[in-house]
Amino acid sequence: MSGDAPPRARRPRRGGWAARVLAAAAIAIGLGFLALPFVALLSHASPAQLLARLGEPVVLDALRLSLLASGGATVLAVALGLPLAWVLATREFPGKPVVEVLVDLPMVLPPTVAGLALLMAFGRAGLAGRALSAFGVSLPFTTAGVIVAQLFMALPFFVGPARAGIASVDRRLLDAAATLRASESFTFFRVVLPLAAPSLVAGVAMSGARALGEFGATITFAGNLPGTTQTMPLAVYLAMQSDLDVAVVLSVLLLVMAFGLLLGLRSAPAGWFWNRARAQGPAR
Amino acid sequence: MHARGGSGGPAAVAAGVTAGRAALAALFAAVLVLPGPVRAAPKHATLEVFAAASLTEAFTELGKTLQARRPGLTVRINLAGSQQLAAQIEQGARADVFASADRRWMSEVAGRGLLAGGPRTFAVNRLVVVLPAGNPGGIRSLQDLAKPGLKLVVGAPAVPVGQYAREVIANLARDPSRGEDFERRVLGNVVSEEENVKSVLAKVRLGEADAGIVYRTDVTPAVAADVRVLELPDSANVAAPYPIAIVKGSRSPEAARAFVDLVLSPEGRRVLGQFGFSAPRGATP
Repeated sequence: MSGDAPPRARRPRRGGWAARVLAAAAIAIGLGFLALPFVALLSHASPAQLLARLGEPVVLDALRLSLLASGGATVLAVALGLPLAWVLATREFPGKPVVEVLVDLPMVLPPTVAGLALLMAFGRAGLAGRALSAFGVSLPFTTAGVIVAQLFMALPFFVGPARAGIASVDRRLLDAAATLRASESFTFFRVVLPLAAPSLVAGVAMSGARALGEFGATITFAGNLPGTTQTMPLAVYLAMQSDLDVAVVLSVLLLVMAFGLLLGLRSAPAGWFWNRARAQGPAR
Repeated sequence: MHARGGSGGPAAVAAGVTAGRAALAALFAAVLVLPGPVRAAPKHATLEVFAAASLTEAFTELGKTLQARRPGLTVRINLAGSQQLAAQIEQGARADVFASADRRWMSEVAGRGLLAGGPRTFAVNRLVVVLPAGNPGGIRSLQDLAKPGLKLVVGAPAVPVGQYAREVIANLARDPSRGEDFERRVLGNVVSEEENVKSVLAKVRLGEADAGIVYRTDVTPAVAADVRVLELPDSANVAAPYPIAIVKGSRSPEAARAFVDLVLSPEGRRVLGQFGFSAPRGATP
């Protein structure tokens, strides 16, 4: 074995090549596995055929409702989620792990369970629902109910990235702002938000896409009625039982929207926010 | 693939039951054999009945009846959605009898030449209106289904129970005393079109809907405590037919014939009646 130094030195390098080949194969299989169902969906019908079915009332109603509801749910997720993310990122308090698990819970819960729980809470006969109905507010079977179901499922998808973004802001910048007698709210809006912007935008994209694709909680809590509660995922599911082409049109539409949302909000504007934050950042 | 995966559950359960029975039978045989001379055991046969899930209770009871009458016969009831059962039979699952919850899936199997003889309708399911036990909508009669602001839940048009519900509403509207726009007003009260009948029932049981239209057989004893039932007049109701047939290539055609005869017999009708089914039109009670 003496005098074998060069080969021995080369050995890890060969292993490296083998690992690279294996990794490349795994990546190719993984990406192919993810891409193939979408390719199959897109190749089911020609673009002309898809466009021809695009104008059907069931498609347009579902599209309009999906945009309205997931837009509303995303705005509410930011409004309710940003303070939560801020507190979770910057404060320690007793029972924090319980709060963290509570925030993450909708991500792992089967959506149908979430829908049932929402019914028991905000339904007409539910815990909070009885109080709501005293004010004449009833959520099930309404578009507001769709937004509530989507918000419940989408909120963690905003809080997670937002919290990580806020936590990654350099504490020394906050200390510096404090020494300059900046109020906490001034620091939050002028220092933390611009620096955390890429994460916040990612959170908006994730929660928006989750709201757009929400099915189980929506159909369980809000029901299914075209024009009122039938969002695109619900319309896809029901069209599968009667008109497969309409189901495909809606699926392709959802696919394109989700792809555009994730790609658009993640890359271009995030970079723009980041550069802007760096250019205007109070300390760089 | 999906249908195959789904078949594992009921089939596995049935297999477990059979294994238990076989063990018991072996025990009995041992007890009988040990003290004296070998006794001739009756010839053993197994009958595979593929039945729609809504037939669970009725067919389990009828299977026991046939077993009691024919020593050595084991009746296994494989319960699943009619669509799944049809797929299983088409994929070559061993089945002797097929009982479907609608004609569509029976025709599907028949169309592939997998039936021995034509299917016969052995029962019909009817629709009822169900209300939450507290009757939040204050419904006293079918006429109240047209009350403004009422929350009515039905199946989606593509789902058989949703199609039937719309037929019933149209039938009710033919009565001129209900008012000219009865059908339009009732359909206007539909707040949700559910994807299956159990979801319709759930919305009523939870008190979210004021009324729902479901199959009578869905109002099982467990459900009955949570809901009130509003019967529909026969003139407006629909009859959802349940066909039964012997599968081609049955290994126990004689036992299969005996089971189908039992289901179609007055005793079979009595058992089915206990679980909410009606006799098909033209059948002698």
